[in-house]
Amino acid sequence: MAYNKRLDGRKFDETREIEAKAGVIKKADGSGYFRIGKTSAYAAVYGPKELFPKSMQDPKTGVLRCNYNMMPFSGAGERVRPGPSRRSKEISMVTKTALLPVVDLTDYPNAVVDVFIELPQTDAGSRCAGICAASIALADAGIRMKDVVTAVSCGIVDKQVVIDLDYAEEAYEGGDVADIPVAMIPSTEEITLLQMDGNISRENLKKALEMVKEPLKKIAEIQRKALKDKYK
Amino acid sequence: MNKDFKNHIEKSLSKNIRIDGRKNDEFRKITVETGIISTAEGSARVTCGDTEVIVGVKLDIGKPYPDKLDEGVLMTGAELYPLSNPEFESGPPREESIEIARVIDRGIRESGTIDVKKLCIEAGEKVWMINVDIAPINMDGNLIDIGALAVMAALKDTKFPELKDGVPDYKKISKKKLPISKLPIEITILKIGDTFLVDPTYSEEKLTDARLTVAILEDDSLCAMQKGGEEPLTQESIMKMIDIAIKKSKELRKFLA
Repeated sequence: MAYNKRLDGRKFDETREIEAKAGVIKKADGSGYFRIGKTSAYAAVYGPKELFPKSMQDPKTGVLRCNYNMMPFSGAGERVRPGPSRRSKEISMVTKTALLPVVDLTDYPNAVVDVFIELPQTDAGSRCAGICAASIALADAGIRMKDVVTAVSCGIVDKQVVIDLDYAEEAYEGGDVADIPVAMIPSTEEITLLQMDGNISRENLKKALEMVKEPLKKIAEIQRKALKDKYK
Repeated sequence: MNKDFKNHIEKSLSKNIRIDGRKNDEFRKITVETGIISTAEGSARVTCGDTEVIVGVKLDIGKPYPDKLDEGVLMTGAELYPLSNPEFESGPPREESIEIARVIDRGIRESGTIDVKKLCIEAGEKVWMINVDIAPINMDGNLIDIGALAVMAALKDTKFPELKDGVPDYKKISKKKLPISKLPIEITILKIGDTFLVDPTYSEEKLTDARLTVAILEDDSLCAMQKGGEEPLTQESIMKMIDIAIKKSKELRKFLA
């Protein structure tokens, strides 16, 4: 059976409902909240501040550090054990490299900017939601940036190219599934995060990467609006 | 903390003025929401001024403790996320977060708030485990009181998942709620110099000489206590602090109605 209709009734190129806010964490230098469907992420930025130990410092530029963490009750199944896992460490790393190309920290030699991402609930797409929230938080903290970074997943569910897979689609058993989280700099269309698991043909990958551009630009607008709304 | 700021707070307190204009026995504005996390079987978000805490409850099935073969297990954890305050660092739980979790846990456990015998499925083999996790999003003081209030709100919100072949099916949540019979409220009283305060902000907490957390039940009896801070307390002070706590517990309990 072909995947003619999405499980939750969305159009193939339609994301789930999105909500974004800036300045949600009072004690942080910058913060953001990003929810897409039932996946939500908080991000807080602290810094620039002096980096310790000193051996980690870079005299030419500030350093960006990212930390992605799922809260213990944020998974659909059993409780997630607190503390870092192999998965969260990898996601922290790719989150950093997704954000770095737009962030200019050369004004802050020997300093660090910390980005903490916490997920209270997830339904797939958590690293993308984390990147969107982090991007809002960095801008809110007044860090110099070329653009926002925006992220969402695209992929294949039984030969059909779709945008923003939820958990039910990732677990679809009627055919091949591929999940491709993508982060992009909207103004240049450069891709800063690309991962994939599943199975997809070269042609379909191209189709998916084409299809994801418009939704990504729409998300970028939502992120910018969140930042403007803070000053309303 | 900035020395001048510290002096300013202390000087004002000696004239009974708090930096945010509150009375010494006045809480900040509290809001309570429940059912906010779709992946948890019970959840709550409580805000108090700039402090905001999320609590999630996950239920699963496990083996009972060898000395309590027919009782379910309640486990409470707290993590001080570096996201919530510039002074919190990543890494394994530190003393502070362990104390918060244990003091809140004790208030609920020792009062017999949850009838753990009703959580037994098969004595010695299978019981329900209640995992409560406290997650501060914004930390501006008084995490014990606000965390405890959020835990009670989340426990009241919790519904059992259905069992399929003895394994919980988290996609099917029943209407059955936890066997809760009491509503303990925790109130922390801070002593700075000769002043007693409730609901301290983070900067006020830094000036703590001593503090006392009291867990109080509906009939004004006490079910857990914890003294903190580096200065000693006289019996007279302790009784005074308990009186304030009992009075304030009635205000906070209204949020669980």
